[in-house]
Amino acid sequence: MNNLPINRQTASVFIWLTLAALPYWLPWIGGYQELGTRVLVMGLAAMSLNFLLGFTGVLSFGHAAYFGLGAYGVGMTIKYLVPSTPLGILVGVAVGTLAAAIVGAMIVRLRGVYFAMVTIAFGQVFFFIAFRWNDVTGGDDGLSGWRRQPLDLGFTQIDILGNDKAFYYLVLVCFAIAAGLMAVLLRSPFGRSLLAIRENERRARYLGIPVEFHIWASFVISCLFVSLAGTLYALLNNFTDPRALRWDMSGNFVIMAVLGGMRSFWGPLIGAAIFVVLQDYISSQTENWMSFIGLFFVLVVLFFPRGVLGIFRRKVAP
Amino acid sequence: MTTQLLFFVFNGLIVGAFYALMALGLSLILNLSGVINFAHGGFLALGAYFAFTLMPYIGFWGALIVAPVLTALVGVAVERILIRRLYGRDPLYSLLLTFGLAYILEDGTRFIWGPESLPYQVPAILTTPLSTRFFFVTGYRLFMVVLALVAVLGLFLILTRTRLGIRIRAGTFDLDTVSVLGVNVRLLRNLNFGLGIYLAGLAGVLAAGMLGLQPTIGTSLIMPSFVAIIVGGLGSLPGTLLGGLLIGVASGVVTMFYPSATEAVIYVMMGLVLLIRPRGLLGEEGRLQ
Repeated sequence: MNNLPINRQTASVFIWLTLAALPYWLPWIGGYQELGTRVLVMGLAAMSLNFLLGFTGVLSFGHAAYFGLGAYGVGMTIKYLVPSTPLGILVGVAVGTLAAAIVGAMIVRLRGVYFAMVTIAFGQVFFFIAFRWNDVTGGDDGLSGWRRQPLDLGFTQIDILGNDKAFYYLVLVCFAIAAGLMAVLLRSPFGRSLLAIRENERRARYLGIPVEFHIWASFVISCLFVSLAGTLYALLNNFTDPRALRWDMSGNFVIMAVLGGMRSFWGPLIGAAIFVVLQDYISSQTENWMSFIGLFFVLVVLFFPRGVLGIFRRKVAP
Repeated sequence: MTTQLLFFVFNGLIVGAFYALMALGLSLILNLSGVINFAHGGFLALGAYFAFTLMPYIGFWGALIVAPVLTALVGVAVERILIRRLYGRDPLYSLLLTFGLAYILEDGTRFIWGPESLPYQVPAILTTPLSTRFFFVTGYRLFMVVLALVAVLGLFLILTRTRLGIRIRAGTFDLDTVSVLGVNVRLLRNLNFGLGIYLAGLAGVLAAGMLGLQPTIGTSLIMPSFVAIIVGGLGSLPGTLLGGLLIGVASGVVTMFYPSATEAVIYVMMGLVLLIRPRGLLGEEGRLQ
């Protein structure tokens, strides 16, 4: 970030102010509240993936699985167990993180393309469970018949169901906690070790960094926040279906991170904003939106491999 | 009971043959170029639709020969125009590119040929059951298994007996040295990509007669193909073949006892392999790093 024309603090303050005021300026430029919330949720997912992808240098192409587990976790908790939004979020995150801890332990020794391939394949396990287990998950039709519940703070209740803005701010609070934790982690010795592994794994190993453990931990942390994003996504829609954990969702997360800039903390949020708005627009304009999204992937890879922030930086640096 | 079990094993074998054909193509490309071709399922669908379009003019047998070749040509062109640019870069980029291609191919086939399932005529000689007791062994199914075997045999002959095949295997082992020895590596990777796509196209023509023709035909086959590669062992083509057949038969047998777990079982197998033998059944040591 050092080469950016504006310094890091200014950028952060600007981003937080923009996000905090979003419900007030978004309608002015023709957006709607749900779109803003979706950008924030997808941005959180892409930033979480980038914790692993950009800052540890490990390519996971199966993060939708944990996103979807979070979504189903919150939906099923509210539908079958307790009608409580915070509890649902906790259960969703716990389920996603637990699954990631188990899968992570099995794949941590693989590298590069092979790691990617195994994460893709493992992602499908949860897709098929959600798809096949009709009685509980609703199968292909998705899990419906539940809605997000009002937040009960003891002294007052916040109606996040009827009030879109209130829900946006709940998402923003979750986003802020997650982003703050990730930033702190990246500045800690643990985070610095992750960067060392990304830059040169062999050297990191010789320096005594337990590489496998660090990659596993990074994978689990990344999946924890992705499942948080998944729970918020399900709450946003009051619904979830197997598409939330299918491979195309994983691909979307990766393209958001790449599009924004994998090397920067905020890049994936910008990538998510571009991608979500574009997808919203294209799918309202044409039935063949898949071709356009596919073409978009190709163009990003060929012409913007370093992301939006990457170009910005290259212009400044000699 | 025995007949029933045979039925499911045979079914699994057919499905496994598909997985193997797909996975062998994927493996060829992955081993030589380090590219995970996510669009492989899209190429499979393309092969199937080419055959459908050609059939009224050149018949079933003509389409069986021509359609995979056409698909391979498309693959060669795609490699020249797009994928070639990404060799030597982070595998992330080729993965994303082929991912986008998969979208385009699926949507493109839907746009050209329509979203509905299309009828696919198979010659009458192949559709009659060969025996009343083993009713499930129709000529077409037997034919598919035999043809898949022939294709695999042909592939291994190419790889061991021809100059191109030997160079591909050498390149898999050490591409730099092969290049230094004067082999045109760009051309080699190009042809190798075409060979992989040819197998996808062939699988597509065969699958169309069995599963019906629809734009998503390839998408359902690509994930198990990944699993086949991982189970069989990274970097080993015989392993990929074994992996494909193995998971096919396993899911066939599980379908008999517990149909809901048809898909899940192959991922369970993958998990077990990764736990017990991370490099896969026939994988080489050290390939993973």
